[in-house]
Amino acid sequence: MSALIQSQANETFVLNLGPQHPATHGVLRVKLTMDGEYIVEAEPVLGYIHRMHEKMGENRTWAQFLPNTGRMDYLHALAFNHGYVALVERAAGITVPERAEYLRVITTELNRVSSHLLWFGAFILDLGGFSPLLYAFDDREHILDLLESVTGSRLTYCYFRFGGVYNDIDDNFVPGARAFIKRLRERMPMYHNLVTKNIILMKRLQEVGPISAEMCRKYGATGPVCRGSGINFDVRKHEPYSIYPEMDFEVPVYEQGDSMARYMVRMDEIEQSLRIVEQALDKLPEGPVMAEKVPKILKPPKGDYYHAVETARGSFGVRAVSDGGNIPYRLKLRSPTFSNLSLFGEACRGMLLPDALALMGSLDLVIPEIDR
Amino acid sequence: MSDYLKEIISGTWSLFVGLGITIRYFFQPVVTVQYPHQTLPMTPRFRGHTELVPDPESGGPLCIVCGMCEKACPSNCITVRGEKREGVKGKVLTEYTLDFTRCSLCGLCVESCPVTPTKAITFSRDYNLAGVSKEAYIFDLKKRLEAENR
Ligand code: SF4
Ligand code: SF4
Repeated sequence: MSALIQSQANETFVLNLGPQHPATHGVLRVKLTMDGEYIVEAEPVLGYIHRMHEKMGENRTWAQFLPNTGRMDYLHALAFNHGYVALVERAAGITVPERAEYLRVITTELNRVSSHLLWFGAFILDLGGFSPLLYAFDDREHILDLLESVTGSRLTYCYFRFGGVYNDIDDNFVPGARAFIKRLRERMPMYHNLVTKNIILMKRLQEVGPISAEMCRKYGATGPVCRGSGINFDVRKHEPYSIYPEMDFEVPVYEQGDSMARYMVRMDEIEQSLRIVEQALDKLPEGPVMAEKVPKILKPPKGDYYHAVETARGSFGVRAVSDGGNIPYRLKLRSPTFSNLSLFGEACRGMLLPDALALMGSLDLVIPEIDR
Repeated sequence: MSDYLKEIISGTWSLFVGLGITIRYFFQPVVTVQYPHQTLPMTPRFRGHTELVPDPESGGPLCIVCGMCEKACPSNCITVRGEKREGVKGKVLTEYTLDFTRCSLCGLCVESCPVTPTKAITFSRDYNLAGVSKEAYIFDLKKRLEAENR
């Protein structure tokens, strides 16, 4: 909150939130027009870490874009990997072996849990509680270890390949994942006792930052943001891909639309993701993890393709136009947080600044994905 | 009024419940690893920067200088040079430079290497990377391999 520009005429002033501010998790700048402690107008200013991913995609071969996908949403990199490889597989007509699809879902869901845990910690940190972050990171570390043993990296994964996955799991993975599911299930009541039922948290989230279903539709908000406003939409259920149709899970939906509803959606999603992982581990078939005969130089036929996946923050869509060459003609990335952030300006009008920060935290912003 | 009182009581109680949890965890063993005094074993799949794989017999590089890894790399961080030598089939590797400042550890180079049964490049287990200049991260992998052989 650096510059204070006093405007004499209507007694409002401009307050810069960010671009480097602990509450904005990255280089997001919000220009707030304030009337005392109340927000009159909020305008997110983007572009500080724009890396032109779309343009990069149009300058390299289909396979060479793979590492980029993990660097947009660094917290749920595997879902972004998944969206892109599924798109190219759809375009090039590659069938993926079943085992590979299962591994994709298992790792993506574990990654979703780790993303939600990090959000949980960071969100409570925004609200002024430090210790829950440490508990969340303790659990998250177990997921990172598991994923590292499979993918080789801890954060910006690049694990999926056109036609399968990079390598098969080792013998320790399945018991490790099962042990983790058990561990986190045992820890969830602790999180609820420590945080969810805490009176201070309830007072700070309940009825704070209401977002109506109407507003979600207007701005195209997806993911926990729209599910916290009573819209039952989850790409995994409504435009099923991969092996999600075979999985038995629920989509948590809360009607209230306040920050607490979004908080609860994510906490419930952790449990649902664990369910998916558990089922996928039970059903995990044997077999190859890579399709045979994936051409080394991939040239998808001419056409316009789209594929959407559900990431921890909402629907991530990739649209690619191929002119039949080995480089995409056009690559368009639809990232969920961009839409989720765009409603912030309208949603926080008339709110107190600390409440607006609670609202912003509940949107779960990942800036590199907005500024892709 | 009674709701108000109830809320005060249950609210205060919720704070004590939270404190109880933190106190219980306070007496449990520490979960953090005291790096650098303690280190964790690296998983076999860990992707460090790439390194050349030596031929088990001669100790020289397995690389046949086909240039596939150079082409596959999205960030153009590999430079492979080789030359024809008399009496040797194929090319002999003279230079393999990895510009680690731009490497994204994606693994596309290792995947693209056509040498069988062992690929000519692999990931190292090196994670203790520290340096004071950019040049320190432009690795001469051939030298590295030779140094290892010595
Ligand atoms: S790991 Fe990826 S970025 Fe690094 S050298 Fe290999 S291909 Fe290039
Ligand atoms: S792909 Fe393998 S053999 Fe070819 S230049 Fe690279 S390391 Fe050498």
